[in-house]
Amino acid sequence: MAMTIDCKGMYYRKLNKMIRNAVEEGETEFVLDNINGQRYIGNGINEKVKITINGVPGNDLAMFMNGPTLIVNANAQDTIANTMNAGEIIVHGSAGDVLGYGMRGGKLYIKGNVGYRTGIHMKEYKKQIPAIIAGGVAGDFCGEYMAGGILILLGLNKDDDTPIAGDYFGTGMHGGVIYVRGDVDESTLGKEVSVLELDKKDDKTLKKHLTEYCEHFGLNYDDVMRKPFVKLLPVSTRPYGNMYAY
Amino acid sequence: MSSQIPPEFTVEIDYDKCRRCRRCVMNCSFGCMQFKDKVVPDHKKCVACHRCVTFCPEGVITIKKNELAYKESANWTPEMRQNILKQAETGGILLSGMGNPRPQQILWDHMLIDACQVTNPSIDPLREPMELRTYLGRKPNHLEFTRGDNGDIKLETTLQPQVKLDIPIVFAAMSYGALSLNAHKALAMAAKKSGTLMNTGEGGLHTDLYPYASNITVQVASGRFGVHSEYLNTSATVEIKIGQGAKPGIGGHLPGEKVGDEISKTRMIPAGTDALSPAPHHDIYSIEDLSQLIYAIKEATDYTKPVGVKISAVHNVAAIASGIVRAGADIVTIDGFRGGTGAAPMVIRDNVGIPIELALAAVDQRLRDEGIRNNASILCAGSIRNSGDVAKAIALGADAVVIGTGALIALGCRVCQKCYTGNCAWGIATQKPELVRRLDPQLGAERLSNLLTGWGYELQEILGSLGVNSIESLRGSRERLRGIDLDEQTLDLLGIKPAGIGQ
Repeated sequence: MAMTIDCKGMYYRKLNKMIRNAVEEGETEFVLDNINGQRYIGNGINEKVKITINGVPGNDLAMFMNGPTLIVNANAQDTIANTMNAGEIIVHGSAGDVLGYGMRGGKLYIKGNVGYRTGIHMKEYKKQIPAIIAGGVAGDFCGEYMAGGILILLGLNKDDDTPIAGDYFGTGMHGGVIYVRGDVDESTLGKEVSVLELDKKDDKTLKKHLTEYCEHFGLNYDDVMRKPFVKLLPVSTRPYGNMYAY
Repeated sequence: MSSQIPPEFTVEIDYDKCRRCRRCVMNCSFGCMQFKDKVVPDHKKCVACHRCVTFCPEGVITIKKNELAYKESANWTPEMRQNILKQAETGGILLSGMGNPRPQQILWDHMLIDACQVTNPSIDPLREPMELRTYLGRKPNHLEFTRGDNGDIKLETTLQPQVKLDIPIVFAAMSYGALSLNAHKALAMAAKKSGTLMNTGEGGLHTDLYPYASNITVQVASGRFGVHSEYLNTSATVEIKIGQGAKPGIGGHLPGEKVGDEISKTRMIPAGTDALSPAPHHDIYSIEDLSQLIYAIKEATDYTKPVGVKISAVHNVAAIASGIVRAGADIVTIDGFRGGTGAAPMVIRDNVGIPIELALAAVDQRLRDEGIRNNASILCAGSIRNSGDVAKAIALGADAVVIGTGALIALGCRVCQKCYTGNCAWGIATQKPELVRRLDPQLGAERLSNLLTGWGYELQEILGSLGVNSIESLRGSRERLRGIDLDEQTLDLLGIKPAGIGQ
């Protein structure tokens, strides 16, 4: 039986303390009703609990999060999954800017569009590879400074004139991979990335992530796969290695 | 293109006395010393790290400045010409290590400390208690007490988290990556031994250092390397790094060569990739955003630790510090323009920022004027060289000072300023295993603790001569400082009177 909390008018500090205390006492499932901008939900929680959020949660949702699954039944705001380590976030709507900043692990699924600087400075280490999948389009500086991880942009339901991402796409990228469904306008790319065809390993990675994505949002996998994908890779893991005089 | 840059130093060997033991060849980590039936130095490679000089059993090596390398000019100094030649050959940004070596005025040396004579007695610290203990963290506006039935006094005010220092000197943020693991261990062990803090810098915390958690400040910088909830909680305080005195406003860059297996694991990035720290935190574009990160960290650590913010001393530092305190920071660290670094573009290091003395005075005054000085402790960084500097900084308003280069010198650093090459002959700023093992953490910790003990005694002597018995009584007491050779405006900014004027 999930613990249901009516969050109407509740200050974030009280709410998060309640959740942390309950997690400590062994509670594994939460339903947060009437959420309206409360920050830091899921922040620093190290257990594999499930939190369903009804309403729009505030900034830094899941910051430093390390295990939980968050389901947001609305849009979400800025800096979701900031420096997140493990867990899953499923947003049934669109989300704001700077998603997954410095994200180290876990998964972030967004049904709709995402804002500026999505996936900035994501990292990876051996098998710990974070993933962000957005169903819509992204703003400027998408994948900026990416040092690792997987970023997938689907552009579902977008018209042909809308670009999949804004300008400076992948700028400063020196690790990880960005998969794009459909075409990429090369004039929007940062100078540190190039567009490549997918290989078999990519197909496998995409299948794994998109099957899960489609399950979360009730989409048909074959429909999603009907359009071909390309990938963006950094041209160097050391883009600025030659800039210095020793 | 072969280099046309003349050598900066010449290495002289007295071959009559040289036993050809090759110890210098083994010790040189810059490839300067070679053995071809005798020791042959390649002068161009010498950086004057003095490793060979120190370990030559016969004492027959002399390193000299290459005086005749360039025709004399007061305008086009050898350094200027060398830099231009280097850039003409490479087309790159000039990198440098450690602090600004230029001869700009050092204001500490233009301040003098008061002492008691006749009318108020000085105190003898050898025989009377002398308190150096300092607490970092937010202090309440006022305290409320109640008296119980049995007469006991009880504190009613809830205090914010505080960190106790036995001496008002902490070690500076220097990352594992810039420094070797042995250097990090020495700093952690010394911090524990001396009752103070070491600071991880932005490269994460190696698990070997977890037992020293209560003497560690963990840093959160723009690259977020090695930052996770366990890291945040394995600490006494958490520090958000916005800026560094040696390179205000620019990011960091740990070259891929330094990212080996252990660094890779601690920073959680693949081995061999550059560890790039963006110039700004991309979740902080305003004071409000900074507040959001401060409280995110407080949430993640359940409000049990002070959260600090480190900035470099820039023109508008007082207003920025005020914003930082209002954003919820419990500690503000200000790093002056002479502060050190593992690697920074020389042009930034030598030309950007302001002196710590002026920044500290401005920040302390501003926070006092606004009635929020008690809301945060001030840490003063950026080339604190001796206990005199410590006393002056505390009199100007610092709660404690931060030492980086000073600590490294105690560990053996010779300030050759080649940290960014990764070849540190003293095992401090390197990741090469054969060099790292030259630094014994245990011995290093002892040297660091000795330094702090010595400075602690000296601080007690200074306090005694001032006729006060605790560092708290000197804090912000600018009346006990006087300036020499300073213009009126500088004196005014420092909030001190010129020497020669009494009360």
